[in-house]
Amino acid sequence: MFYHFGRYLLLIRLSFKRPENFKVYWDEVMREMVSIGIGSLGIISIISVFIGAVATIQTAFQLVSDFIPKSIVGGITRDSTILEFSPTISALVLAGRVGSSIASEIGTMRVTEQIDALEIMGVNAPGYLIAPKVISGLTMIPLLNIISIGLGLIGGYIACAASGDVSTADYIRGLTDGFNPLIIQVTIVKSIFFGFIITSICAYQGFYTSGGALEVGQSATKGVVYSCIMILFADLIISRVML
Amino acid sequence: MIEIKDIYKTFGENEVLKGISAEFKPGKNNLIIGGSGSGKTTLLKCIVGLHEPTKGQVFFDGENFTDMNFEQRVPVRKHIGMLFQNSALFDSMTVEQNIIFPLNLFTDMSKSEKLDRANFCLKRVNLEGKNKLFPAELSGGMKKRVGIARAISMEPKYLFVDEPNSGLDPQTSLVIDDLINEITQEYNTTTIIVTHDMNSVMGIGDHIIFLYQGKKWWEGSNKEIAHTENKELNDFVFASKFTQAAREKL
Repeated sequence: MFYHFGRYLLLIRLSFKRPENFKVYWDEVMREMVSIGIGSLGIISIISVFIGAVATIQTAFQLVSDFIPKSIVGGITRDSTILEFSPTISALVLAGRVGSSIASEIGTMRVTEQIDALEIMGVNAPGYLIAPKVISGLTMIPLLNIISIGLGLIGGYIACAASGDVSTADYIRGLTDGFNPLIIQVTIVKSIFFGFIITSICAYQGFYTSGGALEVGQSATKGVVYSCIMILFADLIISRVML
Repeated sequence: MIEIKDIYKTFGENEVLKGISAEFKPGKNNLIIGGSGSGKTTLLKCIVGLHEPTKGQVFFDGENFTDMNFEQRVPVRKHIGMLFQNSALFDSMTVEQNIIFPLNLFTDMSKSEKLDRANFCLKRVNLEGKNKLFPAELSGGMKKRVGIARAISMEPKYLFVDEPNSGLDPQTSLVIDDLINEITQEYNTTTIIVTHDMNSVMGIGDHIIFLYQGKKWWEGSNKEIAHTENKELNDFVFASKFTQAAREKL
């Protein structure tokens, strides 16, 4: 375990060495941003609306007491969506979609000697392959998280309107009452960490693939599994430290 | 010129290369031949720096390449072109982008100059007009030719070729061999080719090293190979009845 952790840190350090040509690297960052950001927008939108709707319905189901105002459903949905559902569940889904793609792309490049070709040319392969992906993860995953929060809250509104358990007016009042801006800071910090974890761990798994197609698949699986575990661990630490 | 001195390479307990020394001169096709597992690809990877030798040194025109770090190697690497066994073209790039890639990173050429260079390299390997195709749309022989075009885009002083004929039909193999030979003469490159293809050995083998059990077992030219008494080399080169019959007529 310490061997892998040490090798992971060395790879990340190598990835952020001065690039040979900024323009080529910048183009690569843009390409990765489109791949991670735009490419993940569809799945993130769908799961966010459903998560928001389900969170609202389940909260309303549990709060049946006449002593509790209905608007509290909006408040609970807001806080749970912003603090946990959007950053964490989005990150777990992105670990599957983006992480496996990164690990298998880099792994395939390794087993088909494309990484050797880069090194022969004198290109810092970790810098060219990994840094743009990590930078894109650090920027696009927080943006996706913000979109996910917005769509989650809209999903809650739709659930209220469709089920009638809580009136939409109560729901909106609940969203705006007692808002603490700290939760926005927490969710952004979480998604930045999750972005780094997904891209760097999966890139590490892909970069050190050896063998053939079977091993590329195994690297992708390992990348996703380790990313998910580290996301949940980081979630716990950040929540404990910031809240 | 490339010189290797007393190269050893060990993977765990397995000693793959056992003290290999040789000189590879410019303008010649230097072939490394040997059976599967004899260490020829490992030797090539040690020379280009993809593997670090356990012991021994590699010199590029007198400069000790083995003792250099990554940054120090970059100026030498700019003079290296390599054709890989599976071509190793970048899947996400078109043929043209593959050829331009090293020019983008290491030269100040304008866009039109780079395109001109890409077109020149493609013409050189008889693939004019294939600029916008992706590697997945090419045949095995075409991939090899694009690999050669990419390798020569920076006008290399050293050309390394790993199994250029693997997976190709005999006719296409001859085309690739001729192309490598022409480029070697044209650019006066120091060319090192790893192969076990006997057509290449007899056709373009100016200088041949035969590896056996991780050691340099024999060294000579394609003219000498037909008359050698070295048993292991004869068993390897003239393994089939066809090659044995051909040898008798030489």
